[in-house]
Amino acid sequence: MTRRSLRGEVAVAGVGETTYYRHGQSPDPEMVLCLKAILAAAADAGIDPRDIDGFASYSNDRNEPAVLATALGTHELRFANMQWGGGGGGGAGAMANASAAIATGLADCVVVYRALAQGQFGRFGQGARAATLSGDNALTNPYGQMSPAQYYAPKAVRFMHEHGIGQEALRAIAMASYHHAQANPRAVMYGRPLTEQGYDDSRWITEPFHLFDCCMENDGAAAIILVSAERAKDLKQTPTYVLGAAIGAGYRVHSTQAGFATPDLASSHFKTVARHLYEMAKVGPKDVDVVQCYENFTGGVLMSLVEHGFFEPEEAMDFLKLENLIAPTGKMPLNTSGGNLAECYMHGLELQIEAVRQVRGQSTSQVPKVDVSLAVAGPMVTPVSTIIFGSEASL
Amino acid sequence: MSDNFYLPPGLPIPVPERNGLSAPYWHAAREGVLKVQRNPRTGVYQWPAQWICHDDQGFDIDWVEVEPKGVIYSWTRVWHPVHPALKDHGPYIVVVVELPHAGKVRMLGNLLGDPRQEVVIGAPVEAVFEHHNDADPPFTLVQWRYADGAR
Repeated sequence: MTRRSLRGEVAVAGVGETTYYRHGQSPDPEMVLCLKAILAAAADAGIDPRDIDGFASYSNDRNEPAVLATALGTHELRFANMQWGGGGGGGAGAMANASAAIATGLADCVVVYRALAQGQFGRFGQGARAATLSGDNALTNPYGQMSPAQYYAPKAVRFMHEHGIGQEALRAIAMASYHHAQANPRAVMYGRPLTEQGYDDSRWITEPFHLFDCCMENDGAAAIILVSAERAKDLKQTPTYVLGAAIGAGYRVHSTQAGFATPDLASSHFKTVARHLYEMAKVGPKDVDVVQCYENFTGGVLMSLVEHGFFEPEEAMDFLKLENLIAPTGKMPLNTSGGNLAECYMHGLELQIEAVRQVRGQSTSQVPKVDVSLAVAGPMVTPVSTIIFGSEASL
Repeated sequence: MSDNFYLPPGLPIPVPERNGLSAPYWHAAREGVLKVQRNPRTGVYQWPAQWICHDDQGFDIDWVEVEPKGVIYSWTRVWHPVHPALKDHGPYIVVVVELPHAGKVRMLGNLLGDPRQEVVIGAPVEAVFEHHNDADPPFTLVQWRYADGAR
């Protein structure tokens, strides 16, 4: 029987990003940011950008493959892919789709990209301005429930209630990101450390999320170029292999707006997905050397880590302590570039890049000898997605 | 008049979809009645409204009246306004309410009363129909308050 798997078939050839800006601060139009990130990834890989023959993104990125390919002088376009739904939940999904295209021969060199200039378009964190709304929005917005933080907060509240988890667990997640950002000159929050007191004194956004539990809103772009494992061996960088990836959600997970109705409310929706991930990657949570886990809000990280098998909910208060979460000494270094909270909210693609850099040994908060590197895309949405990268030794 | 409303005016007004999917809910709310969908073949409830019954894929769906009460399943207290109508308003409470007598469907609303009051998961609540008769178009929000004796 033929084995159906991405394991070891595809590798990351190059990663790149623009300068990361506070929202509204980009001097470049969004498409220029996108092009610059793709060119940076191509330079990192040591390939001619015109050899990219596939484009994959997520969350309805405004920069269409046809437009990018034309602008870049792409010789031949063979793959143009959009991961449906899920906002930042699609980041690893776009990586999986690109990998699948390469593994099955649809394309040879696919770039996964995300560009955001929230200053030039709408901001994620603002409510709708419409006079009337219908559908799922009508069931939430008139009650003042209209931003991602507000939609997801009840999921975290319920999870913390069921398992006796206190605010300190969320604080440790936030502080890990800020800790690592202090070593990362790319990070928007570089030079802006966060103390326990600073966290505790910060204002509520919506309970249980303080200001520092919430991702930033930023301008910038990021890109990752994937090729076959065979081809990657001849390129500039040490290949980082895709060991496994998975996309989806459990039973009847509603839209973000109607999330209150999802039967398994107190979930980040990785329960089924993480199982498929580990099966394909042929590793388990104990094999993972370093974790990047999308922080839209820290409560989502909490549930995602549980659902990826790193600890039981009842162990959260012991496990989620800063010393356990920081590189190089922590037992599970988390969000080692600063992530969405403190490096840049590049919709989680910066976390995918960081997972690759950890395998290459190029992180600004490097974990010693990384063979298995996990990158979890946006939690609490549907579909979610998650991916594991590995070194040559992991194959 | 707006003193009777939990949140200030200016938020989006809920209207049924052009295709009418949720219209029975909104029309019933105007009459002070809470309705959700139920599968006439199996008795399985569902909410929010769908075109098809999720348990047997039948398109024939009933709208049934359910007792307007429930228990608090989860909540959040919003402090940071993200809409101009809420600027300077101060905190407000959003509750997720489960209806145990209607297949545990869940609804969302505000918990009426002091916005700084304690919110107790599992506490019984009852619906309050907040009629916005002067709005254009008029609408009714299903709100929630602690049931008598619950607090």
